[in-house]
Amino acid sequence: MPVPTDLPHNPAMPDTAPVHESFTAGGFARHGLIVLGFNTFIGIALAIGRGGDWRIQMVYAQCIGLSIWALMDFGRMAFHPDPETGWPRGWRRAVLQLGAVLGGYLLGSTLGDALFGRPLLDMWRGSPRMLLSYLLMCLAVSAGISFYFHARNQDQLRLRQLAAAQRDIAEHRLKLLESQLEPHMLFNTLANLRVLIALDPPRAQQMLDQLIAFLRATLSGSRAALHPLSAEFARVADYLELMKVRMGDRLQTELDLPDGLGTQAVPPLLLQPLVENAIKHGLEPHVDGGRLVVSARRDGDALVLSVRDTGAGLSATPADGTHFGLSQVRQRLATLHGEAASLSLQAATDADGGTLATVRLPWSPT
Amino acid sequence: MNATDNMPATALIAEDEPLLAANLKAELRALWPALQVVASVAHGEAAVQQALALRPQLLFLDIRMPGMSGLEAAQAIAEDWPDDGSPLPALVFVTAYDEYALQAFEQAAVDYVLKPVQPARLAQTCARVQAVLKQRASAGGGAIDAALGQLRQLLGSGAPTAPAPAAAALTVIQAAVGSAIHLVPVAEVLYFEAADKYVRVVTLEREYLVRISLRELLPQIDLQRFWQVHRGTVVRSDAIATALRDEAGKITLTLRGHADRLTVSRLYAHLFKPM
Repeated sequence: MPVPTDLPHNPAMPDTAPVHESFTAGGFARHGLIVLGFNTFIGIALAIGRGGDWRIQMVYAQCIGLSIWALMDFGRMAFHPDPETGWPRGWRRAVLQLGAVLGGYLLGSTLGDALFGRPLLDMWRGSPRMLLSYLLMCLAVSAGISFYFHARNQDQLRLRQLAAAQRDIAEHRLKLLESQLEPHMLFNTLANLRVLIALDPPRAQQMLDQLIAFLRATLSGSRAALHPLSAEFARVADYLELMKVRMGDRLQTELDLPDGLGTQAVPPLLLQPLVENAIKHGLEPHVDGGRLVVSARRDGDALVLSVRDTGAGLSATPADGTHFGLSQVRQRLATLHGEAASLSLQAATDADGGTLATVRLPWSPT
Repeated sequence: MNATDNMPATALIAEDEPLLAANLKAELRALWPALQVVASVAHGEAAVQQALALRPQLLFLDIRMPGMSGLEAAQAIAEDWPDDGSPLPALVFVTAYDEYALQAFEQAAVDYVLKPVQPARLAQTCARVQAVLKQRASAGGGAIDAALGQLRQLLGSGAPTAPAPAAAALTVIQAAVGSAIHLVPVAEVLYFEAADKYVRVVTLEREYLVRISLRELLPQIDLQRFWQVHRGTVVRSDAIATALRDEAGKITLTLRGHADRLTVSRLYAHLFKPM
């Protein structure tokens, strides 16, 4: 199965809110608590290192640490944060960090002074070396903490992207299977089979065999990378036989696989969506039905496969179609052959009308 | 199950797959021997034509058929059914797989059978239909209203036929006139009328022919402003001047500033009543 490995980066992923999740009350509270823990460590370290009253060290550490945190964490919102990480980028981030440390230090130490009834800005009047060392320490610690928050956000972002990618793949698989095992087709086929069992047992058995071959190909075909063109034509024939039981005279088919082409390798069930479209949109809605021709030919260095119907024509194709079948064929061709393969869909040019789908693949010389 | 209840009745089967049509007929023969299948047709248009010509009491309609769907056929039959007091046929829809439609059927209390048809389930359906037909025979005139109500609800739910999820409402119709494209504001449209695979777009000044079916156009129209009054007609409600009811109960609309008169089908007659 062509599982897309290069999932398009989708900035509009439904689970990525325009505002980052760390901008919620819970997000701020979590950050605040972590900062509180760090501050406590710093307070203890200062008390051990500098001696003196440990309670005073602790209060200053908390005031300064929480002020820096508050300025930085709430300040992020004013600095165009990246919607995916919740942090500003480049120079904005540097400005935010430096500003928050200086401002937070000023605010926190003043707060501490006020709490202990000291003259305001007491610490700023001390030795400039001391002040600078405190500031540098704050800068280092806050850079460390904000780096930690940032890294955590990055991790969560990556996890979310991974989950979204896995969901996309699962959805794609399901859609592929649904498109191949269309319930309407399956139940109608079973209904016909049920009737035939009583009416014409040998034919019922034959129809059951064709259904089994079709189901087996559908369910396992997605796993094999390539199979011979003759096998592809056999699967298409099974499917068309099933449809013929259902549609009766309204469906006439013609399969044309010239000698020497049967061994060419093609992706399994590549033609299936094209044949299904031809029936579903071309012949089934047409009261009189029509003819379906599946053919292969060699054109120089290319293998050309075509599916043509004489049905309702392109203009009748509902505009609301998801084109899942077509885009799936295109995607598989692109994965295997890049630019060298193509699918085109056009109105058939002869008098019978209808639609012509053409697949061009590189000729493989084996 | 009262499959032994041998009530004579007539039925029409519309099913595009020949084997399934033959099988349904055979199963019915076994379950309800007195039921006479007067016609078996392979597409919606034929179902409408034959139902109106033969006037069966019961219709088995496949949902997905080439051309007109089973539901569209039911609508056409209900709208064109003659006004002579004969009751509308009882409806049984037949479908292979269509979850949304099933929900709609249940809500509207319309009978349906799933393919492959199981005899036990079909027997239940037959019993229910027999009860309905009996009730109609004794109730008389009221029955047609009940049948119309079911159909209205089914059509209102939109699910079985709606080809597209509701797209954004159109504001402008682009109509080709010769080599020019005319942009017609939807707000200026008096009414839309289905004309085969086209839609006639009628404004005060002139009319245009647009290459889209009414079925495709409907989901793109604001149905608060525009009212469907017939399977082929959608009219801007504030362009309607009067609704005239004749002796037979048929409603005709006159428009403001335009001479055209529009017929309201019985399915939509309930839209017009004094406040």
